Amino acid sequence: MSSTTQTTTRRDVLGASALRPDGAAKVQGRFEFSSDLHAENMLWGATLRSPHPYARLVSIDLSAAYKIVGVVAIITAEDVPGKKTYGLISSDQPVFAQDFVRYVGEPIAAVAADHPETCRRALAAIKVEYEVLSPLTDAELAIQPATPPIHPDGNVIRRQQIITGDQDLQGEIIVEGTYEIGMQDQAFLGLEAALALPDSDGKGIEMHVATQWLHEDQKQIAACLDLPAERIRLTLGGVGGAFGAREDISLQVHCALLALRTSRPIKMQYSREESFYGHVHRHPAKIFIRHHAKRNGEIQRIEAKMVFDGGAYASTSSAVLINGVTHIQGPYRCPNATVVGYAVRTNNPPCGAMRGFGVVQACYAHESQMDKLAAACGLSPVEIRLRNAMVTGDKLITGQVIESVAPVARCIRETDAIALPAPLAKTAHPLEIVGGSGLTSLPHNIVRGIGWGVSIKNLMYSEKFDDFATARCQLKDGVATLKYATVEVGQGFVVLAPQIARSVLGVDEVVLDTVDTGIGSAGSTSASRQTWMSGGAVDGACRLVRQRLFEHVGKKYNIDPLRLVIEDTDVVDMIGDFRISVIEASTGVLIDETFEHHHRPTEELDENGQGNCHVAFAFVAHRAVVDVDVELGLVKVIQIATAQDVGRVLNPIAALGQIEGGIAQGLGLAVMEEIVLDKGKMRNPSFTDYLLPTALDAPSVVAVMIEEPEPQAPLGAKGIGEPPCISVTPAIAAAIRNATGRELPRVPVRPQDICF
Amino acid sequence: MNSNSEIYSLTVNGKTHEVRDSWVGESLLYVLRERLDLPGTKGACEQGECGSCTVIMDGQAVCSCLVMAATAIDSEIRTVESLSVGDSLTEVQDAFVTEGGVQCGFCTPGLVVAIEHLLSQNPDPSEIEIKEAISGNICRCTGYGRIFEAVDKAVSVRKAKSS
Repeated sequence: MSSTTQTTTRRDVLGASALRPDGAAKVQGRFEFSSDLHAENMLWGATLRSPHPYARLVSIDLSAAYKIVGVVAIITAEDVPGKKTYGLISSDQPVFAQDFVRYVGEPIAAVAADHPETCRRALAAIKVEYEVLSPLTDAELAIQPATPPIHPDGNVIRRQQIITGDQDLQGEIIVEGTYEIGMQDQAFLGLEAALALPDSDGKGIEMHVATQWLHEDQKQIAACLDLPAERIRLTLGGVGGAFGAREDISLQVHCALLALRTSRPIKMQYSREESFYGHVHRHPAKIFIRHHAKRNGEIQRIEAKMVFDGGAYASTSSAVLINGVTHIQGPYRCPNATVVGYAVRTNNPPCGAMRGFGVVQACYAHESQMDKLAAACGLSPVEIRLRNAMVTGDKLITGQVIESVAPVARCIRETDAIALPAPLAKTAHPLEIVGGSGLTSLPHNIVRGIGWGVSIKNLMYSEKFDDFATARCQLKDGVATLKYATVEVGQGFVVLAPQIARSVLGVDEVVLDTVDTGIGSAGSTSASRQTWMSGGAVDGACRLVRQRLFEHVGKKYNIDPLRLVIEDTDVVDMIGDFRISVIEASTGVLIDETFEHHHRPTEELDENGQGNCHVAFAFVAHRAVVDVDVELGLVKVIQIATAQDVGRVLNPIAALGQIEGGIAQGLGLAVMEEIVLDKGKMRNPSFTDYLLPTALDAPSVVAVMIEEPEPQAPLGAKGIGEPPCISVTPAIAAAIRNATGRELPRVPVRPQDICF
Repeated sequence: MNSNSEIYSLTVNGKTHEVRDSWVGESLLYVLRERLDLPGTKGACEQGECGSCTVIMDGQAVCSCLVMAATAIDSEIRTVESLSVGDSLTEVQDAFVTEGGVQCGFCTPGLVVAIEHLLSQNPDPSEIEIKEAISGNICRCTGYGRIFEAVDKAVSVRKAKSS
């Protein structure tokens, strides 16, 4: 097993486009993803899944499967020694189905065998008898008290209302709509994979796994295995993208159980189809919303009802719901609100975290409304948004005061200032024309449209959760070694951490130690939080080390340590002439410090949805330009202009990569990506049928990063991962409306929504 | 798993490899990764939709997940591992690193192979030719912007070197 230790010696400090230390390995195919791991004497693991959305499990017959040569073990619910269920917020999801299956794809058994093909044959030979039940697939029906519960915990996972101000106010202008958002898949490229190595005493596991949060996995695996957490040692296997889908457990417990059962290393790796069944998705949602405004467009009150379909198990539904209801006002002032939201259980596939986490759904609804409001007030999409744009110090509908830097108006103005793309040239290459190379679009059917979207997004976890991060820094002979459990999913913490160490300590060489559970938690790589949280932890640890270095130098050279600073790669006396290189200053000493970064505490919402539940906020504006073939219903996104509130740019290329990548995912939700369900069954669990943006779908992106450093943030930088994918979806939908005149209350917008 | 097993040879990156004790239904992707210790080629869709498993077979860029290994016995196969060793990256690989074309990196080997193949056929491609050439390679992280930059940079570095 190779270590993931990485060394870089480039002098790239914060603010520079430092290069990823894992870049060379990744372009050469040497980088070890979790699916690339192997061990001597290894077996393959595979999972049997339910073909029914709702059924009673009558019996399981393993006898024929055991007769297949090469099959070593088969496990079911009976073989789970500890807790039979798991889950991120509530432990309601069975490791293996026991009495009932509640969604298509629910795990029933797992097999260990000598070859993936043997596994496939063994799974086919397991005989399961079901009593098929009628599935509950309508989220609104699930709210009705008369609907029988499909789970002992009931069908409503959480209900939360937000009641503030005048509940009867009627605006001079009232606009309303009901909006729907389809189920999106994270569709990371690197499929779920893990390698579990059993300890020789059979009472522990070493697991290499692609995840978003090692310590949370450790906790959940330990509970299911009934082993102490310290006997479940997790090391990060290379992660091929995540986007929320790796926050929940998928194959971890199965893989660990098979390793303990067989006393052999087990490798599990999902296929693409199994991946669609094996991880949570973005919640489909239905949102009714009504805006009350003055004739001049000033928003006075919102009424909203939001229903999030959580599928069969809770996952993070309750937190997604809270993000939805608390962001439904958008980045706009609104003194009065009557909002209720439900996250419900159905026999649809479980839904949980995906980039944007509840805010994507809310944003599509509020931004669709802003354009209706603009039209009703005779204002432009830009004017209506500027008129209502919130600023620092404004109060949200939860009563929370925005303390974050809030350059909403600036985001809008700077986006508006970006030049529009040239009109479609008569000589355009067929691939630049909507419809593509089939030459299906006739020029006179192509209409260009422009649309807007602006959003607010909370950063870090909310509602009293202390999602702290830990980091350790050691300095010796001019080399800094950083240790943390912060998961790199592609976002770039692996390049940011050395930049922080170089900036704080004046070192050139930074060694990144293996990412594992051998140190305290870093929290999850999600919620746009790692730059702030783990960045804060690395920064804190490096500052402690720097203080100790100054004390050491001060003592040795008889200088007050308070006079010492780092200048480039030297320790320098601010007042005198003393100067010594950091390498020389740290030669022969070992300084070792660990730091935990905690954000400020937050509160739970009360029964009226009031409370300081979020840590901080970031803002972004998007303007989309699209070409639409109004006859065929085809759309090509030509340009996305955006200005994003980033606080401070720590690595320009990495930041731009986050912005462009998020925009592509938001584009996917706007016009391409949806898991299509038919009575709880996925119709398109493959990349042939679930369409993802390709290089030919990528619009031209013109991005402005607004730098107004955030005082609360350790490095002045806000999280930048989620905002890019949030308001781009409604901006594209609005541009299609602008081109077609259609209401388009649902995303993704399909050809039939445009032309029929 | 010994049923239907055969012994055959594959020529990969100029070397002949004997494949023993295998099941004949194995894809070229599986054999490269699991039997020949060449895990640089990635698998992500098993349907030829995402391009992560792109290799060069007899001068053509193909999805190795769609090729049965046992049918490739008379072919010359080149994988990402053949492009460079150690610190000496190709212009395309270097540009991917310097221009931010790499995030999670899972699509990267397939994209690098596809772009190397494009530039070997067409050293100075237009923007639309680049997009078309890599439209079979899905990247979920970057939105492609930095990848386009990387191709432009590789092309200009190559031009500068050859002039």
